[in-house]
Amino acid sequence: MWRGLATYGLVVRMWMRSTMAYRTSFVLTTLGNLAATALDFVTITLMFSHIDALGGFSLPEVALLYGTTSVSFGLADLLAGSLDTLGGRVRDGTFDTLLLRPAPVLAQAAADRFALRRFGRIIQGLAVLGWAVSRVDVRWTVPAAALLALTVLSGAAIFCAVFVAGAAFQFWAGDAAEIQNSVTYGGNTLLQYPPGLFARDLVRGVTFVVPLAFVNWLPVLHVLGRPYPLDLPPWADFLGAPVAVACCLLAGLAWRAGIRSYRSTGS
Amino acid sequence: MGGFYGAVAIRGFRRYATYRIATAAGIFTNTVFGLIISYSYIALWDQRPHLGGYSEAQALTYVWIGQALLAPTALMGGGFENELMERIRSGAIAVDLYRPADLQGWWLASDFGRAAFQLAGRGVLPIAAGSLVFDLALPADPVAWLLFAVAIGLGLTVSFAIRFLVGLSAFWLLDGAGVAQIVWIVALFFSGMLLPLNAFPGTLSAVAQALPWAAILQVPADVLLGRRHGAGALAALAVQAGWAAALLAAGRLLQAVATRRVVVQGG
Repeated sequence: MWRGLATYGLVVRMWMRSTMAYRTSFVLTTLGNLAATALDFVTITLMFSHIDALGGFSLPEVALLYGTTSVSFGLADLLAGSLDTLGGRVRDGTFDTLLLRPAPVLAQAAADRFALRRFGRIIQGLAVLGWAVSRVDVRWTVPAAALLALTVLSGAAIFCAVFVAGAAFQFWAGDAAEIQNSVTYGGNTLLQYPPGLFARDLVRGVTFVVPLAFVNWLPVLHVLGRPYPLDLPPWADFLGAPVAVACCLLAGLAWRAGIRSYRSTGS
Repeated sequence: MGGFYGAVAIRGFRRYATYRIATAAGIFTNTVFGLIISYSYIALWDQRPHLGGYSEAQALTYVWIGQALLAPTALMGGGFENELMERIRSGAIAVDLYRPADLQGWWLASDFGRAAFQLAGRGVLPIAAGSLVFDLALPADPVAWLLFAVAIGLGLTVSFAIRFLVGLSAFWLLDGAGVAQIVWIVALFFSGMLLPLNAFPGTLSAVAQALPWAAILQVPADVLLGRRHGAGALAALAVQAGWAAALLAAGRLLQAVATRRVVVQGG
């Protein structure tokens, strides 16, 4: 574990130094990243130019959902987003290089090509989140604020687990890497909207099968005092952290199974 | 010579047809995004029926047309422009310029081959999936489909012509990634991929519909949905053709200027 973190830190520092060699390019790509991720929120505000409430949620309330999932996803994308290029390394045989180094492979793969420009998404998400927190009709008590902070962190851990599980999947089907986009980017888009908009079966799927609902839907709806479309016990709203731990454990097992089945191209 | 460019197009088609698992993964992801966006549109049109002159069924059809055209029009990348920029940067472009083939014509043919495959491979199935879940407003009139096909062809040409200009920028910038990213964001927004341009508020809607990106998605969708029919449809196609011709001519001009200043490093 500690060796993994040390490796991760080492590789990340190396990529950061390499990024900072081209400062202008770094600033421009971070701004570009910020603008690209802001498009989703622009779409939502354009929708609200015609309406006062979407599925019964006001703009600040939707922005609270948007901000929480964006920061969580942004953190996960920064920390583990590089894993989605693993399929390419498996295909061209360069994954062998990682196996030969005397350091934990998952840490190396996650830190590979660490892209500091992904901070753009986090900054943009934080800006929307800050605006939403100040505008939304909620009394921000200490427990409510603590729940929100914990939610963002456990949400990031859940998305990290998805990235790791997706990488494990790529050991078997490297060409199908795009499927994981539907859970990562697709999940992020889904969680920006109130759950009441979606078909019940879809909500069940992201609650019980791929537990994305715990990233923000359940805790944020609790803070807003709104009912969740499924009939869940009230303590389910606070399950974000345990669900995140369980997801990470399962993703770790999937990663081990994946790496054991790895066969080099031999080139 | 038509036979030559036809051969290039067929090779472009085959090149992308090789990756069957990746295509299946892409269809899956397009379908998931189509579902998510559809539900958000249902909530919007529920509040504002006939927003932008669309019924709810038409708005949903618009979503799935967008998902079907996303890969063929390379609105989120994946087209030839990165390859062209890389050839300019590495100097391989000198070999291309020696070939007895026109640079723009070569890339147009190969990009059309790619788009033809992605229309067949990634366009048809998401629409079919969408029509299973939702009531779509797909016309029975063969004339509408014929006009739709022509509009798609013209839209692809406009998309190509813009990306060719982006690619040529590498002659001056060497690293065209920043330009590509800016154009990519602008195209995503002004093509109507995020929200139909007629559902934009007031002046922004008028401005967006007058820009060339409207030719990529908005016009083909309006022609199929019957929002433009008869003389109106022909006029819309004429505007598309005008943009296509103007942008291709601009590309030709820029190509002439660029090739006069090309300096290839020896080695």
